[in-house]
Amino acid sequence: MAAVLQENAVPASAVPAPAAPLAPKAEAKAFNFYYGAFHALKNINLPVYEKKVTAMIGPSGCGKSTFLRSFNRMHDLYPGNRYEGEIRMYPDNVNILAPDVDPIEVRMRVSMVFQKPNPFPKSIYENVAYGLRVRGVKDRQSLDEKVEAALRGAALWNEVKDRLNDLAFNLSGGQQQRMCIARALATDPEILLFDEPTSALDPIATGSIEELVHELKKQVTILIVTHNMQQAARVSDYTAYMYLGELIEFDVTNNIFLKPANKQTEDYITGRFG
Amino acid sequence: MSTPTPPTLDTHQAKLAAIRKLIASAKRWDLVFAGAGLLALSFGLLVLVALFADMLISGWMRINLDFFVSFPSRRAENAGILSAWVGSLMVMFVTALSAIPVGVAAGVYLEEYAAKNWITDIIEINITNLAGVPSIVYGLLALGLFVYQFGFGQSVLSAGLTLGLLILPIVIVATREAIRSIPQVIREGSYALGATKWQTTADHIVPYSMPGILTGCIIGLSRAIGETAPIITIGALTFIAFLPASPVSASAPFINFDWLMSGFTVMPIQMFNWTSRPEEAFQQNAAAAGVVLVVMTLSLNAIAIYIRYRLRKNIKW
Repeated sequence: MAAVLQENAVPASAVPAPAAPLAPKAEAKAFNFYYGAFHALKNINLPVYEKKVTAMIGPSGCGKSTFLRSFNRMHDLYPGNRYEGEIRMYPDNVNILAPDVDPIEVRMRVSMVFQKPNPFPKSIYENVAYGLRVRGVKDRQSLDEKVEAALRGAALWNEVKDRLNDLAFNLSGGQQQRMCIARALATDPEILLFDEPTSALDPIATGSIEELVHELKKQVTILIVTHNMQQAARVSDYTAYMYLGELIEFDVTNNIFLKPANKQTEDYITGRFG
Repeated sequence: MSTPTPPTLDTHQAKLAAIRKLIASAKRWDLVFAGAGLLALSFGLLVLVALFADMLISGWMRINLDFFVSFPSRRAENAGILSAWVGSLMVMFVTALSAIPVGVAAGVYLEEYAAKNWITDIIEINITNLAGVPSIVYGLLALGLFVYQFGFGQSVLSAGLTLGLLILPIVIVATREAIRSIPQVIREGSYALGATKWQTTADHIVPYSMPGILTGCIIGLSRAIGETAPIITIGALTFIAFLPASPVSASAPFINFDWLMSGFTVMPIQMFNWTSRPEEAFQQNAAAAGVVLVVMTLSLNAIAIYIRYRLRKNIKW
């Protein structure tokens, strides 16, 4: 009886102590980002733990999407953007922002799912297979296998297995988004980025995406931006609260939501602002 | 101290009546503009229909099989448009082959590859301006460049390249417009999967902008097919009673390019030639040739509309 009581009395912060020591899959170190002269992200230091879900929350314009899009060098597509500092990826300890690292190589390792489902106007099969084709996979059988595995991974296989050659546009919004997740999964990425993946979806489709995120962390490291705090609380292991381009607080999700260390975080979490 | 009197039914009715009057007088302008617009539209349409009908009536008698398979002749009743439509076809072939690849490549380069700076801005403005340069100026340029400098002479090749130059801006602008209508998230989706610029262009950008590109190309060709001034400038012959050498033959080497260097005439020139004759019978020939030319142009436009409709069905943004 006493033992049980004692066990219950263990402070919450000690509960999520992992069996194995946490290994970061990636880590931002003194990271700054500029849109032209605008200093959008300021001195961010943040670990992204392997096979965990890290959520980034904060009011609109706080830079959470900008930060996310740095992990696959999306900003390189547009002129005038500048990175400073490092985002290191492990185990090879490479700074993926270094000018001599090809952004295409980074994108081959880090996949992304966008805010609005963005299927290509091609068949479901060709959508999911595109990343593989880019990697030079031509063998029909191995394409078939990987497409099926990716669609199963995105919990979509049973719904589309008989209509793989249909246009992706004919899927519902939630199915399209799961197809985009399958497309990102097909190439077996090391990190999967989600940029507000449910903001264009209804509650039911949102629920299935959240369930999926929960499943996927078994195989891949996940970084998710969300404007929905409940979503962050539901799906993530770690949460980063950002405000005006700065990282205000980063901790285990439970701590952020139950006993935030920072007053600003608390105000945002409790809905007093934002 | 006066307490506000509750509105009676009468004052309420009066208020509503005033509002209705106001709406009615405001709506009068809808009627006025709708009437004026309809008038303007029917004027434009009527003139066009009258022109085409007039041509159809005077040329109708001449449109038969013989008209299509006869060479021009001194005797109006024997004259036909064989050399003209074959010439038009060959010139269009050269035009399409020169303008479409160059124009599409230039458009894709400007949209997807070129850095966005003041140089590209200047190029863009100039391309738009080129589309407005009078066609005879292209004819003059072509006379100096293709006919004399390159020594192509007064040939199908010279004419095709000239018209190719003429429609190049149309093709470039159409390509750019089509590419711009592709949402940025589609590009990002491709790049996020690790595609290179070329893979993104070849697998997504060009296929998805195909309806717009093809439409632009056909609109350009339908403009080129009716062009007269530049062709006259480079010296197309007005009386051609032979066909250029056939591009394909039954014996080796099966394909030859002699036709490129052949003299030629085209539909609008044949028509121009006949209209300048005093005899009434030749005027009828001209009208008949005009009808054929209009039908050719309209068919090209119809094909463009059909292609756009068919290809767009699969693309929704």
